[in-house]
Amino acid sequence: MDLLGFARGWGLKIAIGVFCLGVVWRIVGFALLRIRRDFNKPRKSVMKYIAAGLLTAGSRSWPHREFIGRTGAGEALGYSYHMGLFAVVLLFTPHIVLLGSLFGFTWPGLPSSLITIISVLTLTLFLAVLFRRLTNRVMRLLSNFDDYFSWFITMLVLVTGLAATAHIGARYETLLAIHILSVDALLIWFPFGKLMHAFYIFPSRALNGALLARKGATS
Amino acid sequence: MRPDNSELTVGDMLLRHGTSRRGFIKFCTAAASAMALPAWMGPAMAAQLQHARRPSVVYLSFQECTGCFESFTRSFAPTIESLIFNVISLDYDDTLMAAAGDQALSALDQAMKDNFGKYVLIIDGSVPTGAGGGYCAAGGQSAVETLREAAKGAAVVICVGTCSSFGGIPYADPNPTDAWPVSAIVGDKPIINVSGCPPIPEVITGTLLQYVTTGKIPDLDEHLRPKAFFGTTIHDRCYRRPFYDQGKFAKSFDDEGARNGWCLYELGCKGPTTYNACATLKWNGGTSFPIESGHGCLGCSEPNFWDKGSFYAGLSTAEWGKAGESSPRQVLELATGAAVAGGALGVASAGSGRLRQYRSEHPLNDDPKED
Repeated sequence: MDLLGFARGWGLKIAIGVFCLGVVWRIVGFALLRIRRDFNKPRKSVMKYIAAGLLTAGSRSWPHREFIGRTGAGEALGYSYHMGLFAVVLLFTPHIVLLGSLFGFTWPGLPSSLITIISVLTLTLFLAVLFRRLTNRVMRLLSNFDDYFSWFITMLVLVTGLAATAHIGARYETLLAIHILSVDALLIWFPFGKLMHAFYIFPSRALNGALLARKGATS
Repeated sequence: MRPDNSELTVGDMLLRHGTSRRGFIKFCTAAASAMALPAWMGPAMAAQLQHARRPSVVYLSFQECTGCFESFTRSFAPTIESLIFNVISLDYDDTLMAAAGDQALSALDQAMKDNFGKYVLIIDGSVPTGAGGGYCAAGGQSAVETLREAAKGAAVVICVGTCSSFGGIPYADPNPTDAWPVSAIVGDKPIINVSGCPPIPEVITGTLLQYVTTGKIPDLDEHLRPKAFFGTTIHDRCYRRPFYDQGKFAKSFDDEGARNGWCLYELGCKGPTTYNACATLKWNGGTSFPIESGHGCLGCSEPNFWDKGSFYAGLSTAEWGKAGESSPRQVLELATGAAVAGGALGVASAGSGRLRQYRSEHPLNDDPKED
């Protein structure tokens, strides 16, 4: 078995297995943790604080009016590279072919040259995000290994993908194998690092919103 | 088969056959062009060839289908006739030669003896070593013994076809004859692999001509293939490449995309990982090549191409087993198994977390049931 065969064979199989196991492990682990009982009388009905929770999941996805001047640029940066990643991962035909082989259905993709442009822009945004993290004192103090490694492994997937498309540095099959191996590594890391925010972000916002609404506070 | 005029130079032979100098230079220029050599190499090649003694060539066929030799005979530039009548002295080839049996084998012995250390050894087919070499034998000698003996006196070994270069189909799983590529058996001679199933005719003759002309091993890639022919992927030079860049892909062999000549990537084309000259030299004198005829590249010039999954699965698809294609059901089974295990771990983690929570809140009471 060659490197490419391993990367898209056993490597991918192990990575998907670890990804599913880890994601379910962490979600179930958190979901079953005991929430400290709140002995206060609820300020709103159950339906109202559930609705407030759902509303918060959406409203927190947009910068608060009061802080938009300070956080707007950072949020724009974050949204931009996330959208870039979505486009590259979900709308590049070779990726669609891979996902189609896993899930059994496909969808139309974007032109490969457009994906290359989006990838380069996303890569630039990734570097900007790191620069911001390193130059902003508060963010630097808040950051730990998990932040940098999650950034690194996502960046690695992007860089190896671009290198494979452009045939830079090695033979195509080697670059493709390295790219798929980097995806395998990302899938394995995903549940155990901050990339897991993809699953936590909306439930945690909703929970916060619901708990605050129960106390009668706006969120 | 073996000519008695092997001491004649190529120039002498051409004069004898009435070939003009102009015609000969045209031939060399065409050959240089086919090998992607610079234009000035044509006349230089002609000058070199004219005074060169026609090198002895021994062509041995082992575990193969003769497709490679069939391809060899269909070369347009240079043609096999011009090669064997003017440029090389083909002293042994069991497909072309009139002699058979002991006569043929004695011609082989004689050629190897007379040209020891100087002849070009061409090998076609993999070398089976199973059953004591009994799967492929001639004149009471196994292929592996013949190869070892013939390689001793060879100046260079040219492996024609994927079988001799990388083992090919006989080498594929489960490899019942314990077949090996030539490079696994011959370790002390320069080897040039001209892979393909079969190789492009002009790549075979071009490689041979380049060696005969220059007397040097051409620049080779990591699989010992001449970079002049195997330097770029088929995908890079494919006329359908613009459709790949535009994101236009045929979804089946008879859809509108296929009829419009769109990229065959989704239909399993292995062009992006296949290094060969199919998209530039093409076949049948530059008429067409498989992708131009509507079928994706099989990747036949790459090592282990037979074991790399389905020919009809896209290159980026997951490989889950011998079938080569992933099936959503297999993925679902894997994901379900992993999720069940993850769920169990999650319940255990939550239980342990709850216990920790309880202990931190009730440091003096160890039993949560008493709470």
